[in-house]
Amino acid sequence: MAGVSLGCVYALVALGFVLIYKATETVNFAQGDLMMLGAFFALTASVMMGWPYWATILFAITVMAVVGMLIERIVLRPVLGQPAFTVVMITIGVGYVMRGVVTMIPGWGTDTHQIATPFAEAIWNVGGVVLPVQQLGVIAMTAALCAVLYLFFRFSRLGVAMQATSQNQLAAYYMGIPVRRVNMMIWGLSAGVAAFAGILLAPATFIHSNMGFIGLKAFPAAVLGGFGSVPGAIVGGLIIGVVEALAGYYLPEGFKDVAAYVVLLVVLMVRPSGIFGETARKKV
Amino acid sequence: MRFIFKTDYEQDIRLFRHGGQRFWYGVLAVLLLLAPWWAGEYVMSQLHFILIYSIVGFGLMMLTGFTGQVSLGHAAFLAVGAYTEALLQAAGVPFVISISCAALFTAVLGLIVGLPALRLKGIYLTIATLAFNVIVEEIIARWHSLTGGNEGKHLKPVQILGWKLESDAEFYYLCLVLTVICCLACVNLLRSPTGRAFVAIRDSEVSASCMGVHLAKYKTIAFAFSAALTGIGGALYAHKLAFISPEQFTLFQSIELITIVILGGIGFLHGAVLGAAFIIVLPQLISIAKGWLPEGLVPAGMQAVVFGVILVLVIIFEPLGLYGRWLKIRAWFELFPFYRKGMFRRQKSYMKSERLR
Repeated sequence: MAGVSLGCVYALVALGFVLIYKATETVNFAQGDLMMLGAFFALTASVMMGWPYWATILFAITVMAVVGMLIERIVLRPVLGQPAFTVVMITIGVGYVMRGVVTMIPGWGTDTHQIATPFAEAIWNVGGVVLPVQQLGVIAMTAALCAVLYLFFRFSRLGVAMQATSQNQLAAYYMGIPVRRVNMMIWGLSAGVAAFAGILLAPATFIHSNMGFIGLKAFPAAVLGGFGSVPGAIVGGLIIGVVEALAGYYLPEGFKDVAAYVVLLVVLMVRPSGIFGETARKKV
Repeated sequence: MRFIFKTDYEQDIRLFRHGGQRFWYGVLAVLLLLAPWWAGEYVMSQLHFILIYSIVGFGLMMLTGFTGQVSLGHAAFLAVGAYTEALLQAAGVPFVISISCAALFTAVLGLIVGLPALRLKGIYLTIATLAFNVIVEEIIARWHSLTGGNEGKHLKPVQILGWKLESDAEFYYLCLVLTVICCLACVNLLRSPTGRAFVAIRDSEVSASCMGVHLAKYKTIAFAFSAALTGIGGALYAHKLAFISPEQFTLFQSIELITIVILGGIGFLHGAVLGAAFIIVLPQLISIAKGWLPEGLVPAGMQAVVFGVILVLVIIFEPLGLYGRWLKIRAWFELFPFYRKGMFRRQKSYMKSERLR
């Protein structure tokens, strides 16, 4: 159960990777740090301003969406269309900046914080099985978000435009899709999802400036599901979460941290395109 | 503007293109050889680090800058080199043999890591090397009987054929000699068909294999060679610090190593040295800058912010790094007054998915 709920958080971070990868074919190494920043905004809203939980979530997501768009506009627009690695390095740099900035802001700093949740320590007892509401809440909210995103990509004009941009930028330009604006929105969306993940993760790991490193665990999730596949990210995240929980339980100490990466390497060796990935073939 | 009048095919592969280069490299060599006389103790210690990072930078430059394979796992090679050296020294193996073993062992490891590289492209390879780094770090921390776990390992000063290198100057000369050897090895390799094959793979894998470059073979060679250089760097790094523990070889070390290549200028060997110097000097500059700020305003995360901002700015405004900036300055003087702004401009490109046919 703990594995599944942690897996949901991995899944959400992986979802952020996937959204950006789908639209811009680059990997955002700062996804974990976006999550961290989102959690800090939630902290500000809930603890310092005393807002209710739901308002906090909305606030954090909105602010982070704006932050994501700003990052795209200021930092990534100039290198639009450059090789993927360039963008990866830029996002690593952005991650450094975010981590540093957070420690500089008074009230956030280097300390560990906590936010109150409505389903704190409550426990449901369903037919003899004890279910912590905390983790159920995480799972339910993840599922809801996934449904919304699925519908968005499947039916809305903007969602379809985002998919088109990801497949061929130039062709998307020709079709009259405002590629830059779409990219900006996808960054906003992805940062919003990251903020959501951060809020869900907050009760489990607390909020501190290094919580973004969990984003690194989301790589295996994204790869396992097939980079560029939304359902893949969710399934991959769940699998990684469960594998990790099982490894922590059955295998000697130390395997828990590595298990995700071992799975990652095995997947890359056996089936690099992941579970749901499309087969890659490069044209000349 | 210097025109090189070519009278001989040999001229194309000479180490120095013209007299000017010979002169300036000579000046540099003399300055470096005399460093123990003009540099203080502190500067010497920084020079050690710059030389060691340059060796690692050469290794990464060969892989990332010339073969186009991005690795975020070089701290693992650094760690393996460092620990091999530490263990062999503890076992009483002479330095010359132990450092060769460190290079050889990391090369074999690089070979093994290079194998999946044949199937993986671009970002997948980067993620695979990242995973490799995390796993190696964890193994080192957990394999207590061999590596001493988180308590780390101590090293004694280097001893070559009964001659103990205890002073800073002696260790400096050791680093300098090894750096020059590694540099010449890279330059030579790049002049050879192997090096040309690397560059061909970087520029386009498809056209390289059409021209008869065996992709699998050359990618593996690139990985092994890069790992070997990193292993040598790791061995020296271990001696420099005299104490190694797993937390020196995390993913952040890997990121720092790759930033050497990026900041220095990707695709130039000079860039590796410039990048190494920059990475070493930057924290000093930051701490000097901190001295100017009022006391209460010194934030803990400033170093990370400055580092990140510089990385982002360099990638956006100076894609060729420090060496690229130097090339522009040189071109400005050489072509005066005909230098134009757009001479080094990036070509506009559109990204196209590699996932769909």
